[in-house]
Amino acid sequence: MKNFTKGFLTENPVLVLLLGMCPTLGVTTSAMNGLGMGLATTFVLVASNVVVSLVKDLIPGKVRIPSFIVIIASFVTIVELLMQAYMPALFDSLGLFIPLIVVNCIVLGRAEAFASKNNVASSAVDGLGMGLGFAFALTMLGSIREILGGGAIFGMKLIAGDGILVFILAPGAFIALGYLIALIQKLRKV
Amino acid sequence: MEYIIIIISAIFVNNIVLAQFLGICPFLGVSKKLETAVGMGAAVVFVMALATLVTWLVQFYILNPLGIGYLQTISFILIIAALVQMVEIILKKVSPSLYQALGIFLPLITTNCAVLGVAILTIQKDYSLLQGVVFAIANALGFTFALVIFSGIREHLDLMEVPKGMRGVPIALVTAGILALAFMGFAGLV
Repeated sequence: MKNFTKGFLTENPVLVLLLGMCPTLGVTTSAMNGLGMGLATTFVLVASNVVVSLVKDLIPGKVRIPSFIVIIASFVTIVELLMQAYMPALFDSLGLFIPLIVVNCIVLGRAEAFASKNNVASSAVDGLGMGLGFAFALTMLGSIREILGGGAIFGMKLIAGDGILVFILAPGAFIALGYLIALIQKLRKV
Repeated sequence: MEYIIIIISAIFVNNIVLAQFLGICPFLGVSKKLETAVGMGAAVVFVMALATLVTWLVQFYILNPLGIGYLQTISFILIIAALVQMVEIILKKVSPSLYQALGIFLPLITTNCAVLGVAILTIQKDYSLLQGVVFAIANALGFTFALVIFSGIREHLDLMEVPKGMRGVPIALVTAGILALAFMGFAGLV
């Protein structure tokens, strides 16, 4: 249970550990995109954590990292093909950031720091917790940007009018995430 | 003329860090000092040009003729990882002084999503080999440009009185947001 909840709060990959910033900033133009990216990454995290923890005793220490990267890249390719087939609209709006899940430091980080040292069940739970924590952070940032920038959430109009356009554009991503992390730091009292 | 447009749009209009959100980790990580920012930038220019050259050849002479384009993600990340290793070994032997300067940045580049991102973008945009390499170098210069400006600002930021919750990453992100806002001024250029 602790392995699961730590990803949400105390070790949230985005808001506390500050990993995986590129997709966080790049895809959160709307709540839906954030959620889609978060769930895609969660799938890759759980699957790669399980496989890494299954094969951890078979892989010599020296070629550990390249092998992990191949495992991760395989699952990313699976996600890429599935999304292209069944969710073409989401695939188009996430674009380049789907293949870039490979270089998301969270995925390799969990494989190296957790799955290569623990059994299958706790690795899967760890991957799920971290992945959902990532999805949670992305959805939150996506919602904030969508509300401020377009006056809507998940495509539903909340406020009439256009909103502050800059929050949908690139600068708004940096500024919104900056204040979000500041708020979290304030709440954690560091 | 066509090359000038590629260069201008990659450096100013669609700056890889501030408009496309690639390479945010090194952008936040190594931008505390001007010196390291320049070192990192030089290493990225070198690796990005080389990686795009090799991945372009692999895509059009190996993956496409064999009809295995879906292996793009896996093969590109392996090529980049292998290239970085090789560059590191060669530099160590050939030019120890350059290795001293760039050495610590090279391993970091494997997980720099900008390198993989530019390699994939080059393929997506259907560039020729020469256009692709020019595009890669221009993007790397854009990365260096943003990194150097940002590190200059951050050196001053260290001396400022920042509210407690905003210290560290949050204020850096907000600063990056304002910088991105400034870069939006180039939007009509090309």
